[in-house]
Amino acid sequence: MRCRRWCRTGAFVGISFFALSANAHLTSTGMGPLYDGLMHFLTSPEDLVPALGLALLCGLRGPRYGRAVLFALPCAWLLGSFAGLGAAPVVGSGAVSAVWFLLVGGMVAADAKLSLRASVALAVLLGLYHGFLNGTGAGRSASAAITVVGLVSAVFVLFALAAAFAVQLQQHWARIAIRVIGSWIAASGLLLLGWAIRSG
Amino acid sequence: MNDVRRSALLALALLCAQSAVAHVQKGEAAGLLTGFMHPISGFDHVLAMVAVGLWGAQLGAPAIWVLPVAFPLVMASGGMLGFIGVPLPGVEYGIAASAILLGAAVLVELRPPLVVAAVLVGVFAIFHGYAHGTELPAGQNALLFSMGFVVATGCLHAVGIAIGTVHRWTWGRRLVRAAGAGVCAGGLYFMWNAF
Repeated sequence: MRCRRWCRTGAFVGISFFALSANAHLTSTGMGPLYDGLMHFLTSPEDLVPALGLALLCGLRGPRYGRAVLFALPCAWLLGSFAGLGAAPVVGSGAVSAVWFLLVGGMVAADAKLSLRASVALAVLLGLYHGFLNGTGAGRSASAAITVVGLVSAVFVLFALAAAFAVQLQQHWARIAIRVIGSWIAASGLLLLGWAIRSG
Repeated sequence: MNDVRRSALLALALLCAQSAVAHVQKGEAAGLLTGFMHPISGFDHVLAMVAVGLWGAQLGAPAIWVLPVAFPLVMASGGMLGFIGVPLPGVEYGIAASAILLGAAVLVELRPPLVVAAVLVGVFAIFHGYAHGTELPAGQNALLFSMGFVVATGCLHAVGIAIGTVHRWTWGRRLVRAAGAGVCAGGLYFMWNAF
C-alpha cells in the first residue's frame, strides 16, 4: 500500500518535470480560430439575440418545432457562412438587424402560432442572412472555415439549450415570462431601428 | 418545479453579475451596464416602474402580464422618438405625473377596464422611454445601452409584481396601498422639483 503511494507520488513528480508550456497568456497566439468563431457569436448581440428569440419561440411551440429548427438553423448558418467566405466583406445594416429583433421578439411576445414550415423557413432565412454576414467577415485565410465551424457550433448549442429550457416549462407564469423576454427583444429592436434612422 | 426555480435563480444571478470589462474597445461592456443602471439610478423611474408592477398585481390577470409585456414595447417607441430627435415637451413633468397617478391608482385600488389601464400605462411609458433615449451617453454602444435599460425596466416591474403578490392577504393589501401612497408622495416631490 505504502509502495503504491510512493510510486504514484514519484510518477506525479516525474510527469510534472516534463510538463509542456501552458501558453496561458495567448496575446500573440490567441485561442485559435475555432474559439474565435465561438466567442464571436456569443459576444455579438446582433447574431445572438435573434437566434435566442427563435429558440424561445420554437420552445413555446413544442418539441417538434425545436427538433426541426435545431438542425435547420445551424445548417443554413453554415451554408450562408461558406457562401460569404468567398465574397467581399459586408457590413450588416442596423435597420435589418432591428427588423429581425422586431420580428422574432414580436412573435415570442405574441406567442405566435407559426406552422412548422413557417418556423423552418424563418430559421433558414435567419441562418442564411447572418451566416453570410459572418462569412464575409471571417476573412479569406485557411482558418476562416474553422472559425465558421466554431461559430455554427455555438449557434447549435445555444439553440439547443434555450429551446430545451422553453419546451420543459409547463407553468402558465413561466410561459408568460418567456413572452416578456420576447417583448424585451422586440423593444430593443425598436430602439435599434431608431438608432439606425438617426445614424442615417 | 425545482428545475424552474433553479433556472430562475441562475438567470437572476447572471443578470446581477458584474461585467468582466475584458474588452472595451468601443465601450460595449460599458454600454450594457450604463443602460442597465440608467433606470435604476433615477428614483423617479424606479418609483414608476415598481408602481406598474404593483398595479398589475392588484388588477390581477390578465393585467398582471399584459402590462409587463406591453410596457417595454411602448417605452421603446418613446426611446426611438428620443433617439431620432423628435421633440417631446414636458418629459420631466410626464415622468413625475406617472409616479403620482400610478401611485394614486395603487392607493385607491383603482380598477379601470384593461384597455384604459393599458393606455394610461402606455402614455407614461413613452415619457420614460423618451428620457432614456435622449440620455444615451456619448460613445456608448446604442444597442447594448437599449438592451440594458429595457432589461432593467423589466426587472423593476418584476420587483413590483413580486411585492404585489402579498395582495392576497389583508395585511398585504394595506401594505401595497401604503406602497402606492409612497410612490405618489415621491411623484409629488419630483413634480415640485421639476417646476
